[in-house]
Amino acid sequence: MSEQVPVGQPPDWEPRIVAFFCNWCTYTASDLAGVSRMTYAPNTRVIRVMCSGRIDPQFVLMALRQGADGVLIGGCHPGDCHYQEGNYKCLRRFAMLKHYLAAMGIDDPRVRLEWIAASEGDKVQRVTNDMVQRIKQLGPLKLEPVCQPGCRAMAGDQPSVGNRAVAADI
Amino acid sequence: MSQSPACPRIGVYVCHCGMNIAKQVAVEAVTEFAARLPGVAVARHYKFMCSDPGQELIQQDIKESGLERVVVASCSPLLHEATFRKACAAGGLNPFCFQMANIREQVAWVTADKGRATSKAKALIAAAVERVSRAQPLERKRLAVGDKVVIVGGGIAGIHAALTIADAGKKVYLVEREPTIGGHMAKFDKTFPTLDCAACILTPKMSSVKNHPNIELMSYSEVEKVEGFAGNFKITIQKKPRYVHEELCVGCGECVDACVFPKAKFPSEFDEGLALRKPVYMPFPQATPAVVVIDPNTCLQLTKGKCKQKCVEACQRGAIDLKQEPEQVEVEAAAVIVATGFKTFDPRGLPQYGYGRYGNVYTSLEVERMVNASGPTGGEVVLKDGAKPRSVAIIHCVGSRDKKTHPWCSRVCCMYSLKLAHLVKERSGADVFSFYIDMRTPGKGYEEFYDRLLEEGVHFIRGRVSHITDWAMTKAEEGKLVVSAEDSLIGVTRRIPVDMVILSVGLEPQPDAQEVRKKFNISCSQEGWFLERHPKLAPVATFTDGVWIAGACQGPKDIPDTVAQAGAAASEALALIDKGYVEIEPNTAEVDPEACSGCKTCLGMCPYHAIRRDEEKGVAVVNEALCKGCGTCVAACPSGAISQHMFTDDEIYQELEGILSYV
Repeated sequence: MSEQVPVGQPPDWEPRIVAFFCNWCTYTASDLAGVSRMTYAPNTRVIRVMCSGRIDPQFVLMALRQGADGVLIGGCHPGDCHYQEGNYKCLRRFAMLKHYLAAMGIDDPRVRLEWIAASEGDKVQRVTNDMVQRIKQLGPLKLEPVCQPGCRAMAGDQPSVGNRAVAADI
Repeated sequence: MSQSPACPRIGVYVCHCGMNIAKQVAVEAVTEFAARLPGVAVARHYKFMCSDPGQELIQQDIKESGLERVVVASCSPLLHEATFRKACAAGGLNPFCFQMANIREQVAWVTADKGRATSKAKALIAAAVERVSRAQPLERKRLAVGDKVVIVGGGIAGIHAALTIADAGKKVYLVEREPTIGGHMAKFDKTFPTLDCAACILTPKMSSVKNHPNIELMSYSEVEKVEGFAGNFKITIQKKPRYVHEELCVGCGECVDACVFPKAKFPSEFDEGLALRKPVYMPFPQATPAVVVIDPNTCLQLTKGKCKQKCVEACQRGAIDLKQEPEQVEVEAAAVIVATGFKTFDPRGLPQYGYGRYGNVYTSLEVERMVNASGPTGGEVVLKDGAKPRSVAIIHCVGSRDKKTHPWCSRVCCMYSLKLAHLVKERSGADVFSFYIDMRTPGKGYEEFYDRLLEEGVHFIRGRVSHITDWAMTKAEEGKLVVSAEDSLIGVTRRIPVDMVILSVGLEPQPDAQEVRKKFNISCSQEGWFLERHPKLAPVATFTDGVWIAGACQGPKDIPDTVAQAGAAASEALALIDKGYVEIEPNTAEVDPEACSGCKTCLGMCPYHAIRRDEEKGVAVVNEALCKGCGTCVAACPSGAISQHMFTDDEIYQELEGILSYV
């Protein structure tokens, strides 16, 4: 790897990236990358949702809190949504989320939204590799753990009304 | 790891997929890892989980070990989720108490390092195990389906599919945007490799379409809007004004003779511009429907508003109506077959071949018309000046197998070039030089046809033509078109003077393929061809249930393959109709009336109007039949009152935890 390792970071550290991919475009594209045997960095772990419109900004926050160093969201290109406009809803929530993340001091490249069509297996490869490289330069996210893994106080059981209200307004 | 006492008993099955997974992922280590995950009662690995013994393994464990949840780590859920759900059901488990971990397409096939591939596989399996522990048993809802089919495109694919479905007793709406059906095939004289006459095999099918009681032919019409879902589509079709009442016109042609233009003046689309037509015309003698059409761009009355309207007078049946307006028709359909075909490459994009600059450089489609007995020259191969050519060059791969134009092989060009070589030789006796890169003749009787052409004395030269020029360097080249190419078999550059050049143009997607695909909510490959659900196992299905594709709109193909696809698409549409119902994936949204505040935020989120507010109770209600399961409303609900089955917040948070907590 040609990128510089930040001071204090173990040289063999690998970021963990959670990817939320929509079923119809980006998940299919990542299957296509597989069928086409396009190798890429194994740092992403994909969670399949039916539509990028399903992605609650809290999923992203939860992923970061649980120890992800970055979150990648993949949806259909504008105008291509299988459900007509779920990706637009995703985009609006993403814009709001980015403001919130910036205020929380989370670096911009850590959370990324990409439109990847079902035929763009190569884009999955390119985006993943690029994102891994950028996050490697940033180093681990090192969020202070609020509670131990397995504790679900912050998760969906009792959503905090404040965040959800913001999510709904956009 | 905390584990609730009610944690269900989970079985994990890791598939080797032969060597596909096992080569990159240490399946034994992964299985041992899985066995230690909370709730896991059984963990096994097996060579092919999708095989019968693999599926029986699951069924047996459900029965003998009392499994309540199943995880299979193998290929993509888009490939085999249905298979394993059925296996679960056969074992007596609710099919939705199942989760797949995709360790083939998203791990083994894309990860170079074995150790890291194994780690990633572990993380994905942990995620699936955690998620499946929260899965709820669900039931699929059934909805009745209609029994009509809309077929878009009236080429050979659409025609064949329409006849197949109509013969099965179902109603078909065949929508064609041109004034006649027939598509590209109607323009050909002969078809390879048998050299049977295209019209002789096509036109009977065209008239069967017209006369079939179950087919409603909507020519000169385009699909405007598609609503609904598999089994219950609502399709709006716009009938373009042809300025002739189709039901009154008998195609006698009196109006054509009467037209104020004494002579045909405008290039005929059907004859590729080689012949002329009047503003009122019949595209070709066997046009179906056999009804004239008036071109709004050339008719004097329709362009300038001033004409003696002789055509109106001439028509004794009063069929001509120059005030006709576009008409919208709404039809219901259970299934849609998209068979919109292709377009040929425009060689003006390759100026070195001189198309448009030298009169005697033709495209293959123009020559198809020329050699057609009912074409502009009555089947004679002639030069622009009317003389017969003494030598003809045919250039393969124009707009194919070239990174500057299209990288793909258009599949039909070698064969139709051979056919044209034969026909040109037969009709004109000219010497034919065929310039090819590779001769591709895979098909029944195709290689034999090539052998026949070799014996007929066609000169085959292996080499891509660099340019065509009229600049003579020798006496023999004067007044000729000189074709330059490297003959790569003998390693010399050759200049061959000929009278006529035929460019074997490749196939490309229709220019409006993107708009069409959006209308039907289907995908395109990167090249712009419509994307099939699976390249091998679902070649005519799309990612949208109830919409099938057939023919060259899916990729270049010849007539036999097109007809085979049309038949396949027709039988799949019939299967849907005969089944009588569609099963709705139970991934719909549900509102918890206790938590809903009735704020109506979700109403605006739903593109299907599936949510309404029960005014009496003051809460939102989801109509399950309309909900498509995108989950957009779930993410928007400020009260967290909406959940999506199969994708609850709980399941996703649990999956997140699994994905990050162990590896």
